[in-house]
Amino acid sequence: MKLVGFLLLLSGWALVLSALILLGSTLPRTSFILAGVGVQALGLVLVTRSHLVPRRERD
Amino acid sequence: MMPLPVPALSDTSATLCIFFILLVPLAIAGLSLANTGLGRSRSAAHSMLASLCVIAVAAVVYVIFGFAWQGFMGGPAHAIVVGGKPWNWIAAEPFFTRGIDRSGWPASLVLLLQILSVGLTAMIPLGAGADRWRLGAACASTALLAGITYPIFAHWVWAGGWLAQLGVNYGLGHGFVDAGGGSTIQALGGLTALSIAWILGPRRGKYSAEGMPAAIPGHNPVLVLFGCVLALVGWIGLNGAGAILFTGADPGFVVLIAINTMLAASSAALAAAAITRIRFGKPDASLTANGWVGGLVASSAACAFVDPIPAIIIGLVSGALVTFSVEWLELHLAVDDPSGAISVHAVAGIWGVLALGFFGHFPAPVLNVAAGQLSVPGAGDTGQWLAQLVGVATLLGFVLPLAYGLNWVLNRFYPQRVPAEGERQGMDLYELGAGAYPEFLTHTDDFTQR
Repeated sequence: MKLVGFLLLLSGWALVLSALILLGSTLPRTSFILAGVGVQALGLVLVTRSHLVPRRERD
Repeated sequence: MMPLPVPALSDTSATLCIFFILLVPLAIAGLSLANTGLGRSRSAAHSMLASLCVIAVAAVVYVIFGFAWQGFMGGPAHAIVVGGKPWNWIAAEPFFTRGIDRSGWPASLVLLLQILSVGLTAMIPLGAGADRWRLGAACASTALLAGITYPIFAHWVWAGGWLAQLGVNYGLGHGFVDAGGGSTIQALGGLTALSIAWILGPRRGKYSAEGMPAAIPGHNPVLVLFGCVLALVGWIGLNGAGAILFTGADPGFVVLIAINTMLAASSAALAAAAITRIRFGKPDASLTANGWVGGLVASSAACAFVDPIPAIIIGLVSGALVTFSVEWLELHLAVDDPSGAISVHAVAGIWGVLALGFFGHFPAPVLNVAAGQLSVPGAGDTGQWLAQLVGVATLLGFVLPLAYGLNWVLNRFYPQRVPAEGERQGMDLYELGAGAYPEFLTHTDDFTQR
């Protein structure tokens, strides 16, 4: 889960960079950048959850 | 490799810069006092020594390696062409700062400010790893931060890198703008602190078997609150010097920068005090202090580009964010961050960076890094929020995985967490052999295993 979370963080960033490079007009570029940040938010949730599990196991 | 034009710096600006840069150590002192006061008494000497050591390691490593990757605006850099646009991704300076004229400016001033800034950045994770982070591991982790993470990202923001060129290349406002280091220093340090807190895990006894957190209050609120006052002075220096050197702010803007910094900190502290008063019946000293520093952090990015009223709003939101974030991280996410470094520096730093996109109106000229000239005031403000958002995405998508990855690898070779015996004895006795307060009575419950 942790690895998937970090991969999502990277993928979201890649989406943002791709939107900058490939999309010229404002609306599609803005939409893809927002989508990239959304993917990153999902990745952050997964990474955070992956660090909750070991604590419960330790307890 | 692409050479950029070196922007000019007037004698007045350079003199002001030197004055401001000499104030920055007070921010470092303030932060180290706050970190120490928010930790346990049995780790106080360790905390202060760790502060000194990481500042020293950061300065040396940065001068040897870091500055070569970061460079300065107008210095040589490597760029790749993607989609017909140049992406300046890393500096091409020689090691040991051999490529700069140390008797002239702005390069020498940038170097001096950066040596202090990287020290300040390295101090931030110390707060999150308090009471359990080995001294040697903290130094090794700092070497990675000062040699790799910080210089690469700072190059992108402050040395004409691709983030700074978003305005020129893609029409996103003035490009990613961060005058005082809200992203490069604060958010980067805060995200590294999050990585450290995750890798180290919570202190022993912090969470019960049911997962409920125990309160481990800071041992000296006086140190913490005095640290806040020192930090204010240092932050005025940091914001002022950064705005002049990295965004080309006119010397006439330094008063506005100081006012905005003060207002953001004040409103954030008041917000934190009011929220804790309403929720807990009494204002909480440590959360109010966290709010104050959070306001300073949030002020950094936009200090030269907002009026006082938006600065107050930025501070109020920052104080509220820090207060709720500290509780949320501790209660729901099981992140043990004794000094609140993640909330104060990462959360408030990211908020400050985004706030520039919402409130910034650029009456001041902003350095057009691709041309080495000042842009026309007020021109190209549309899309600024998108440039700021791209910067935040870079923090989450590049800085956080890199900081976590480097520290994870380090942890495999050199375990960063002190053994259980070290936590029981306290870091002072275990790692240094003597306590910070030898004449004080030791409470027996302080040594009880939680």
